[in-house]
Amino acid sequence: MARWSRERRRKAFVKGGFSVYYVIFLLFIYGPMIAMFILSFQGRRGGTSFPMRGVSFYWWERLLQPSTVGDLQGAIGRSLILAIVVMIITALFSTMLAMAFRKKFVGSGVLFYTVMAGLMVPGILLSLGLATVMRQVGLPPAWWSSGLGVHVVWTLPFGFLVMMAVFNRFDSRLEEAARDMGADEWTVFKEITLPLITPGIVAAGLFGFTLSYDEFARTTLLSGEYNTLPLDINASMTQRIRPTLFALGTASTLFSLILIATFVVINTILFRRAR
Amino acid sequence: MQSVEQSHHPGLIGRQSLPSEAVDQAKKVRREEGFPVGWLIAPAALWLIVFLIIPLVGIIVFSFWTATGHGMVADFTIQPYIDYVYTKGFFDPESRYFLTPSVFIRTLGSTFYFTLLVMLLCLIVGYPIAYFLAMQVQTFKWQMTLFLFAMVPFWTSYLIRAVAWLPMLGRRGLINNFLVATGIVDKPVSIFLFSELGYTTALVQLYVVLCIGPIFFSLAKIDKAIIEAARDMGATAFQIFREIILPLSLPGVAIGMIFIFVILMGEFATAVVVYGGKATTTGTVILNYYGIANYPFAAVNALMLMLSMMVGVVIILRLVNIRKEL
Repeated sequence: MARWSRERRRKAFVKGGFSVYYVIFLLFIYGPMIAMFILSFQGRRGGTSFPMRGVSFYWWERLLQPSTVGDLQGAIGRSLILAIVVMIITALFSTMLAMAFRKKFVGSGVLFYTVMAGLMVPGILLSLGLATVMRQVGLPPAWWSSGLGVHVVWTLPFGFLVMMAVFNRFDSRLEEAARDMGADEWTVFKEITLPLITPGIVAAGLFGFTLSYDEFARTTLLSGEYNTLPLDINASMTQRIRPTLFALGTASTLFSLILIATFVVINTILFRRAR
Repeated sequence: MQSVEQSHHPGLIGRQSLPSEAVDQAKKVRREEGFPVGWLIAPAALWLIVFLIIPLVGIIVFSFWTATGHGMVADFTIQPYIDYVYTKGFFDPESRYFLTPSVFIRTLGSTFYFTLLVMLLCLIVGYPIAYFLAMQVQTFKWQMTLFLFAMVPFWTSYLIRAVAWLPMLGRRGLINNFLVATGIVDKPVSIFLFSELGYTTALVQLYVVLCIGPIFFSLAKIDKAIIEAARDMGATAFQIFREIILPLSLPGVAIGMIFIFVILMGEFATAVVVYGGKATTTGTVILNYYGIANYPFAAVNALMLMLSMMVGVVIILRLVNIRKEL
């Protein structure tokens, strides 16, 4: 009996230790973000580090005014448009690819590794390669052409893996039953397949959106005349850093968090309906 | 078989057609079911050719072209490769560059060194977290919630997470404030911002989430009955970890390490933000040579980066068999 309780105490002790470590870990990964969040409300005369000299919305207001650092509002708009287009293309392509991979076909191995290569090739390499090729051909790079191109190359493997996982667990007997009852391919897709894989498509799209919205390396040489948001942030870093940057960072992080929360809610609803 | 085919009953009411035709029809439909593969893969395949294959082939081709100072011409040369490996005075015992590798190789080396260091630190920091989530947390709901909390930073901009380190690291930063307040140091020290220590810490914080996911998934897959059996046979906690948990989690470790390795080798933004551009990574070298329009040399640097990455990934795959995981 005594041994039993000692064993129990030891287990509780180990678990407690791990819990403490987990909390320290969360502090480590969230700490800097929280500090940035607090400092974005720095007083008018305050600098980019503690202590706080009063509390104000001054830097947040500066964020909304034009002329702070470059063309911030325009950059946010471009990044949003780009992210939405990348999201749609990623969701579409990864669904189509994963559907194709349900069957065996010639060259499936090559295609699989090519899609995965988008994950492995460093962004700077792709950026350099496409920029030089376009330069030789005489096409000017732009965020909506070459930028869009490499963003999809980067997001596609994530969406593809999600959809592959979805189809791995997919019960094809449902489709067969519909076919046996005389449904044509489009009807089967629309009535059976699509409703069941929608949560996966939403997840693939979310990957596309956030990865594109935050992407920096792949756009460095390819955005052309106009900057996307990460490029604009990077450009503002070469000047004197002001708490405006922290306000921007906080806003961007909050935006990402809201996006994830929305995604979790949508997918829970969809999953419940799919069942 | 024969008897089955023969036994077709003509039917009690009227006559039913023989099944052979219908069966053939059904088989034909089976083979063609689903949308045609060609149409499904064509758009993505075309996209990948234009935006992935052509740029990569372009880098290989352009690395053999001749730089003209403001561009390049299709004139075959291996000069960029020579410039890459050879520094003046390499074979001259008098020179201070005698038998020292070129600055580009050394940059690649230091990029490699930092990458390995950060990989190791990420593993040390991240493994216990994955272990805690998979082994110590009992209910699935809590597991997923805590896992999500640890993974959220992956969905936020890493550039901004790098910026967020600035108020922490500076001379008047939070870490220094803390150290002074607790009396560990008398006055603020400047070893954090724009230093190797600060740079490494920031990189670990930025990328550790990438290895927690894969390790967590491979740990969560371990059958608890095996651990129970080992415990019944008298294995100590350490033995269970060394003989069962660690080997079974290696595929996840390998995948996480590949993720971090691949992203860190091409990393250059963090170096600028928290290291003040003091560190030259291969990424910054490539950008610099692109900036001065020496495209062939930028291409050679890029190729060497790619080559060393492939070697690294192959080594990791040799050490651990990740097939089981996929």
